[in-house]
Amino acid sequence: MNNDWALKVASLGKIHGITDLRALEDTGPDIGTAKSALTGSIVAAWDVGFEVAPGEALGVIGESGSGKSTVMRCIAGDQSSTAGEVYLRSVDNGRTNVLDLDPSSRRRLRVADLAVVYQDPAEGLRLNVTAGGNIAEALTAAGWRHFGRIRDRAAELLERTEVPLSRMDDLVGTFSGGMRQRVQLAKALANEPPVVLLDEPTTGLDASVAAGVLDLIRNLLEETGVAAVVVSHDFAVIEMLTTRCVVMNHGRIVEAGLTDRLLEDPHHPYSQRLVGAARA
Amino acid sequence: MSTPLLQQVIDRSAPIDDASPADLDVNFGLLDEYSKREIRRAILTAVAVPGYQVPFGSREMPVARGWGSGGLQISLAVVGPDDVVKVIDQGDDEGVNAVNLRRLIVSSTGIPESTTPEDSTLIQTRHRIPEDPLDERHTLILQVPVPEPLRGVERDMRELARMHAEADYARMWVSLYEDKVRNGVITRTTGYPCLVHGRYVIATTPIPRWDVPRLHQSRFLSLFGAGREKRIYAVPPHTDVEPLTFEDVPFEVEITPGAQCRSCGSSESFLVEVPATAAEGGGHWVCSDSDWCRRNRQRQHPSNGVEP
Repeated sequence: MNNDWALKVASLGKIHGITDLRALEDTGPDIGTAKSALTGSIVAAWDVGFEVAPGEALGVIGESGSGKSTVMRCIAGDQSSTAGEVYLRSVDNGRTNVLDLDPSSRRRLRVADLAVVYQDPAEGLRLNVTAGGNIAEALTAAGWRHFGRIRDRAAELLERTEVPLSRMDDLVGTFSGGMRQRVQLAKALANEPPVVLLDEPTTGLDASVAAGVLDLIRNLLEETGVAAVVVSHDFAVIEMLTTRCVVMNHGRIVEAGLTDRLLEDPHHPYSQRLVGAARA
Repeated sequence: MSTPLLQQVIDRSAPIDDASPADLDVNFGLLDEYSKREIRRAILTAVAVPGYQVPFGSREMPVARGWGSGGLQISLAVVGPDDVVKVIDQGDDEGVNAVNLRRLIVSSTGIPESTTPEDSTLIQTRHRIPEDPLDERHTLILQVPVPEPLRGVERDMRELARMHAEADYARMWVSLYEDKVRNGVITRTTGYPCLVHGRYVIATTPIPRWDVPRLHQSRFLSLFGAGREKRIYAVPPHTDVEPLTFEDVPFEVEITPGAQCRSCGSSESFLVEVPATAAEGGGHWVCSDSDWCRRNRQRQHPSNGVEP
């Protein structure tokens, strides 16, 4: 892999409970559990590493409980990690481990360096605020103080995410699930972050709406050239959005590779089962 | 001086009357010295960190919380024997609340009272800054009902503390954005959010927008006391106080074109509307600052201006 990455994650790990590394020995895919019988701790994720280049989308796939959301939340700063390093090219040209930053600086990364799209729009949006207001929050956090320009930018973003402009001044709480997800995308992209994390972006939407949102995400990823991490348990989503992906099982990466190859020819028994289940 | 306040209050079962202060056996300024020290320390911190809300051990006062107990505690903690006190409520020296608070301060200290800012040193107020220019001699003490400017956008106290600590005021801006979108203008009037010294956002509560520009680089010290919410904050003299305003939406004060005070004819002061009544007919406007209005009439008609 070359040096041209926007996001680099190395040996990321999260242990719930007492931090006793002996827990690593009796957990993982080979043991078939994430909970250590010895220490009682849960190894939600361990030794997770990958790099994502600008314009590239990396998939993280696995069943629920496999640790993929933990990885995403540790990168985003919603959760503290037990071990590991996370580098962003936009922060100190990738020389500072953002996990070492103090909580306040860490949160500030979410303004313009790193955006997150959550499965539940209520996590990324304020439902009692208008669609335009939600985007204004991202813009004012980045220092925008011109009402007219905030309006114009919000309208432009909503147009790009295919939210009707007639709904711009309506409360997000009155929106359908699909439209909320589009507003969340608009908010995430407001300050043109170089890295976007998408956590199950279409789970919970019905099939036709999900297809529309997926289409939109794919176009946006292509247009904006952001580096994206897409977390999903759904192979259709991973197949459509990503070129490379990693498979997680019981908190560890069991296989990594090109998405096409992984779907055609999975090597690890767990990947084979996963693909088999999706194809069935 | 050192007798506990509680014992003094118990000993004095008779209500405070207009007896001369020398006859009173309460401590100077009613509060015991320990309470004064606690409040003064909070004030010093507040002055040192302009706009920061300092928590303090708010005392039970002989007025209900929410009726000026915060302002009263500050007044009684900073008052000295050489001070002259003025108390206004909605700009009026004769409001029931103003009269009672002034009477309490005067009767527990023996200091003189006044209605003119020129003669006063301590001005305790709710809702207004006097129209007259204030200077270094004055300490303005504001009674604050809700000290937290972000209360309307966030309820979680820990999150509020984080937002202030990180100067994360994006959601305050969103509330202004939403106000403008919904109403076409910024409708927020009293308690307009202002950035103090480029750092903390405060609620300039509960003064109208009219008075907000006068806090900016003022020559006087402003102390804000919220007794119920147990917070004290301050705007020291010569400190920047900038109302949060979008670059393309200028900050405006309340002005009704053509409105004039019915008593003194002023259109230069903050006017309040007196609604129409069946007896008197159509509504009219009067100065909110009653003492300024009285002196304005006096200037115009020196012979009979003293009449109310």
